[in-house]
Amino acid sequence: MTVESSAARKPRRSAAGKAGTTGSKTGTTAGTTGATGTERTTRTTRSTAKKSTDPELVQLLTPEGKRVKNAEYDPFVAGITPEDLRGLYRDMVLTRRFDAEATALQRQGELGLWASLLGQEAAQIGSGRATREDDYVFPTYREHGVAWCRGVDPANLLGMFRGVNNGGWDPNSNNFHLYTIVIGSQTLHATGYAMGVAKDGADSAVIAYFGDGASSQGDVAESFTFAAVYNAPVVFFCQNNQWAISEPTERQTRVPLYQRAQGYGFPGVRVDGNDVLACLAVTKWALERARNGEGPTLVEAFTYRMGAHTTSDDPTRYRGDEERLAWEAKDPILRLRRYLEASNHADEGFFAELESESEALGRRVREAVRAMPDPDHFAIFENAYADGHALVDEERAQFAAYQASFADEGGH
Amino acid sequence: MAEKMAMAKAINESLRRALDADPKVLVMGEDVGKLGGVFRVTDGLQKDFGESRVIDTPLAESGIVGTAIGLALRGYRPVVEIQFDGFVFPAYDQIVTQLAKMHARSLGKVKLPVVVRIPYGGGIGAVEHHSESPEALFAHVAGLKVVSPSNSSDAYWMMQQAIQSDDPVIYFEPKRRYWDKAEVDPEAIPAPLHKARVVREGTDLTLAAYGPMVKLCQEAADAAAEEGKSLEVLDLRSVSPLDFDSVQASVEKTRRLVVVHEAPVFFGSGAEIAARITERCFYHLEAPVLRVGGYHAPYPPARLEETYLPDLDRVLDAVDRSLAY
Repeated sequence: MTVESSAARKPRRSAAGKAGTTGSKTGTTAGTTGATGTERTTRTTRSTAKKSTDPELVQLLTPEGKRVKNAEYDPFVAGITPEDLRGLYRDMVLTRRFDAEATALQRQGELGLWASLLGQEAAQIGSGRATREDDYVFPTYREHGVAWCRGVDPANLLGMFRGVNNGGWDPNSNNFHLYTIVIGSQTLHATGYAMGVAKDGADSAVIAYFGDGASSQGDVAESFTFAAVYNAPVVFFCQNNQWAISEPTERQTRVPLYQRAQGYGFPGVRVDGNDVLACLAVTKWALERARNGEGPTLVEAFTYRMGAHTTSDDPTRYRGDEERLAWEAKDPILRLRRYLEASNHADEGFFAELESESEALGRRVREAVRAMPDPDHFAIFENAYADGHALVDEERAQFAAYQASFADEGGH
Repeated sequence: MAEKMAMAKAINESLRRALDADPKVLVMGEDVGKLGGVFRVTDGLQKDFGESRVIDTPLAESGIVGTAIGLALRGYRPVVEIQFDGFVFPAYDQIVTQLAKMHARSLGKVKLPVVVRIPYGGGIGAVEHHSESPEALFAHVAGLKVVSPSNSSDAYWMMQQAIQSDDPVIYFEPKRRYWDKAEVDPEAIPAPLHKARVVREGTDLTLAAYGPMVKLCQEAADAAAEEGKSLEVLDLRSVSPLDFDSVQASVEKTRRLVVVHEAPVFFGSGAEIAARITERCFYHLEAPVLRVGGYHAPYPPARLEETYLPDLDRVLDAVDRSLAY
């Protein structure tokens, strides 16, 4: 019943959500497929069609690695040098290597869980490299590439996944806030922080990361409201990776996400999230707006989570191979490599050197994780309060006495 | 110079002093600006400190607390107002999952000096969601401190201390006492924020309460005195941490304890006090610790709240039951 009615609604929804003949055609296809009762195929067809036809997608590099002109956003990457481009490539490759290592470490039992960013390297490196040192970043729990751009030691990101802490780094040392597990909460923290930046008269900007699933959360809506009302210098960077665990974007929204901004009174733009150059340019534009006192912007990076939601997830249960294959053809790393090679901005030596650097990073991360000591038992009681709390003191003392009772027996 | 003032005014004066002393202190909430809050607790503050210090917010509680967290991360000390007790729940997620835990998660690097003001409790004939006492829900969460003044002087000083605390403090204001007047001395040396106080000495039984119920317990002690019973009244002042040492000292003297609060008895703060005092004072107690509070029922419509809320007779009945052991 659910499947049937959902399928029946689809043609109307997709026709409304898209422009031009391709949209209607997709609608027809979806309707036909839906009638056969295979919802998975329906979704695949629709989402595949959606990203390739969307007229509003900002793109500077095609999947084939061809540079395309964009009068509006080209100025934001006008000064980019071949060295910068190699730097972006290096960032993406190393981030992917780090991510793969973490996934492997989870499989080897060294980490309890890992949330892979595979496929989202361009969105993260492009936006992360657009930030300035004094800007402040509020991530979800998947922004390993942004953390890399902010200079956070990758090993620090693994502490909470290994279970030795619940955060583990000083947010102020890199202006990179702790990962936030509760979906969307951090968008309000970013907005409040940005309100503070504005009060201070500083020209820093703030960027809040969240996903397509989080766009359904009240906190994200409230952060849009606050940011608009107070004209806060914050960029909302939504990585629409198409899936919130097993729920597709169409279960979160009936309009393209970037269009939500309009209802709050600030601009929204959809960028090709697999195009690092476009992500860099669009984020720079949005951050500049924030610095200039022009208020918030919503950037929707249209991308794809190539792996599982986390290592506990099994995407084969809810999506088909063809969808993944279609997105793999748009791989963000491959795309820049093609461009670098075609424009002679990088030679074999560069790629070979990067390969060995990647391996070294993997080794370093692996060693760092294995060397992470379990926290001291008394860490339970540490930092629950800044000014202390009588009950915590009492329970710590009780625990100490309990521990000491084992020592007296000469064991444990 | 000491001055007699209503509790609402005392909090207003306290906020004014804090805003004046520290440019990082902010007051935020729905209607706190021009209107001065629905109880006028923030009356005149926006006029004197401007819209960037006393901030009227959108009608969104999670947004209020969530942005206050962000402002605190930037170095501000926000004092946010939740308009009524029952409206705190949209913000409960931000308070519990974010505000309470961020200091620990950052291994102590981040401090969140946020005060959440919540007018709470019943007795004013309000409609649904305007009379609840959810303090136990916050006291149960590590990382939060929970306090509730019972008089103007404490309201004034505890607000100063809550704002100065580097921990998040949930500051419950007993709204039915907003208009009660008492002396406030801005030159005084205040008691520590989390210390209970004996407000009336006695020898036969201890009544422990906080916030709106302290006055009721004082009235009960007066009435009992006419019957020749000597009751000690403790104003706990702080629910988390709770000053068990003071309760213990009093119980070791009187050997009997009745805890009074407006919140439902079941899983309430009285249960925690009873358990701990039983543990600490087992051989001193002449009777089990008794509790007087609300029923395990939704807060009733206004015409029934006098039935629901602890009153003089219910407190005295518990006193009689304790003394009968």
